[in-house]
Amino acid sequence: MEDLDNDNKKVKVEVRNLVKVFGSKPEKAVELLKEGKSKAEILDATQQNVALNNVSFDVYEGEIFVLMGLSGCGKSTLLRCLNRLVEPTSGSILVDGDDIPKMNEEELLNFRRHRIGMVFQSFALLPHRTILDNVAFPLEVQGMPQEDRHKKAGEAIELVGLAGYENSLPSELSGGMQQRVGLARALAGDNDILLMDEAFSALDPLIRREMQDELLDLQERVNKTIIFVSHDLDEALKLGDRIALMKDGTVVQVGTAEDILTNPETKYVEKFVEDVDMAKVLSARDVMKRPEPLVSINSGPNNALHLMEEFGISSVFAVAKHRKYEGLILVDDATEAKKKGLGLETIIKKDIPTVTPDTPVTEIIPLVADSGIPIPVIDDEGKVKGIIIKGSVLAALSRMEV
Amino acid sequence: MADQSYAIFPKIPVGEAVEYIVDWIDTYFGWLLDAISFILDIFVSVIQDVLLFIPSFIIILILAAAGWYVTDRDWKMPVLIAAGLLLVQNLRLWPEAMETLALVISSAFVALVIAIPLGIAASRSDTVDRLLRPMLDFMQTMPSFVYLIPAVIFFGLGNVPGMIATVIFAMPPAIRLTNLGIRQIPKELNEVADSFGATPNQKLVKVQLPVALPTIMAGINQCIMLALSMTVIASMIGAGGLGLNVLIGIQRVDIGMGFEAGLAIVIIAIILDRLSQNVVKSTGQ
Repeated sequence: MEDLDNDNKKVKVEVRNLVKVFGSKPEKAVELLKEGKSKAEILDATQQNVALNNVSFDVYEGEIFVLMGLSGCGKSTLLRCLNRLVEPTSGSILVDGDDIPKMNEEELLNFRRHRIGMVFQSFALLPHRTILDNVAFPLEVQGMPQEDRHKKAGEAIELVGLAGYENSLPSELSGGMQQRVGLARALAGDNDILLMDEAFSALDPLIRREMQDELLDLQERVNKTIIFVSHDLDEALKLGDRIALMKDGTVVQVGTAEDILTNPETKYVEKFVEDVDMAKVLSARDVMKRPEPLVSINSGPNNALHLMEEFGISSVFAVAKHRKYEGLILVDDATEAKKKGLGLETIIKKDIPTVTPDTPVTEIIPLVADSGIPIPVIDDEGKVKGIIIKGSVLAALSRMEV
Repeated sequence: MADQSYAIFPKIPVGEAVEYIVDWIDTYFGWLLDAISFILDIFVSVIQDVLLFIPSFIIILILAAAGWYVTDRDWKMPVLIAAGLLLVQNLRLWPEAMETLALVISSAFVALVIAIPLGIAASRSDTVDRLLRPMLDFMQTMPSFVYLIPAVIFFGLGNVPGMIATVIFAMPPAIRLTNLGIRQIPKELNEVADSFGATPNQKLVKVQLPVALPTIMAGINQCIMLALSMTVIASMIGAGGLGLNVLIGIQRVDIGMGFEAGLAIVIIAIILDRLSQNVVKSTGQ
């Protein structure tokens, strides 16, 4: 991990003593907070819900800062305070020296238009607009003429690798592609700060990891200040230059992934991260790779051999319609079958071990360790969801042991 | 013997109070009522004259083409529309049908001009919503005939009081569904508008109305259908059109006449419903 020399970094966002209380009489709750009462005591006494309790931290320019915690810990509320989708009750948020909670309506509008962008968990694309017009939305709101905003939106679409889909509707795109659109929309306005609220949580695991890699690639090029909310420790460790671990509306620890793993400051952090180096936390879906290649059971040995040659492997999984798992074809058997002119169903091996997406990695390790062949991941409906090879398990485990 | 024990309390003069209020409005706001009456009369007459001026086969062609267009070039809809309208024409009910259509179009238009802004206001403010809700309940549960009485008192007999009663009767679903449509928009879509710095008006025009459009269109469809059903009832206070033929049929116990007019109303109802419903579908995508 690169050494972050914090003294040389410019502070982009400075959050000090931020408090958010949901309820009709927040002043009372704030007073009790000052007296040192806990969140639960205040809820009992006043019916006021303390969502953020005296939160302070800095975010440096050009880093990915992850707000991490279990659901209900206040991380999404905190993120929304930064662009005042949620009005903070007290405290200050300085962005390049400007205090966000003190801004009047017009200043806030300009801040949101030109300095901060947001990516949402549910993608939140406008269903009636094309991809191009979705991405151009922030520019349209600024009053940019159509030609200019389409040009800029086109560039942002290209940046996230969706060129060619400009005129599609959101409903025609897969989840991963939709979130790229969400990302392009947040990038279109050239705003310095990007808020990402559980941006990849709604995606399936394979796509999620792909998107995480792409965000890191993209960040190399655009160098934004990204504040990323996540409940997934794996994601936080992978993306975050620094991580703030939250619990019950407070920030428990801020530090690099390494700090948090090696020097947990409280019992809570310790408990949170102690699972990390255990293969138990991971299941098959976290370590599987795309089910490629697959050969149709109805095609012939020629096709199977061709696929194996193309992918440089010595076996290939055979499937029926809708990716229903059938069995494994080995290269030697396929060559034999080709000579004798037999079909694939005669040489298929059905007795190899399979796992479900929820099988823990601890159970998978012995399977991959003593057999040279890959293991198919089969879901409840009998479909092939992914393939596990020895390398991908080891890679996943080593990634966890930062 | 009937139980008369409640008679020890004097009757609360609800009816008298309403009469008094109506009199008062009539005396002091007569000029306003006259102005409204004048404008609405011109509005409905112009539409009626235009519909009657255009040769019937051209109207049939236009409506059939509209059916073809909204169903995404399906041939069944225009054929059914044309067949229905030709039947109306054959029954010698064309002028009455156009008169009814003019009343429906003008009433629904006025109702929507009032209802959609009210629905938007209700979606933005919980207070407006709370105030409006009991009024809408009242408007929807009150027997529709009751609207006819004040309409007659304020506007006399004819098409205008019929329109007024129709407007009141047809408004509630459009208000409710506009309100509902906007309130149902996912929270994150509203946040998109806010987080990128949209003004409240930009948010309404660029996000809320387009996203809520399918629901709002369903409200418009309901509004049109209720307007049609009310224009028929409004014939009791002198509104013209097919409803009048039904009324005469009832009064003379002339089954044939009543049935023919009723059939024509059904045909128009189906055409209006299918056209507006398919607009809903095509805007929903």
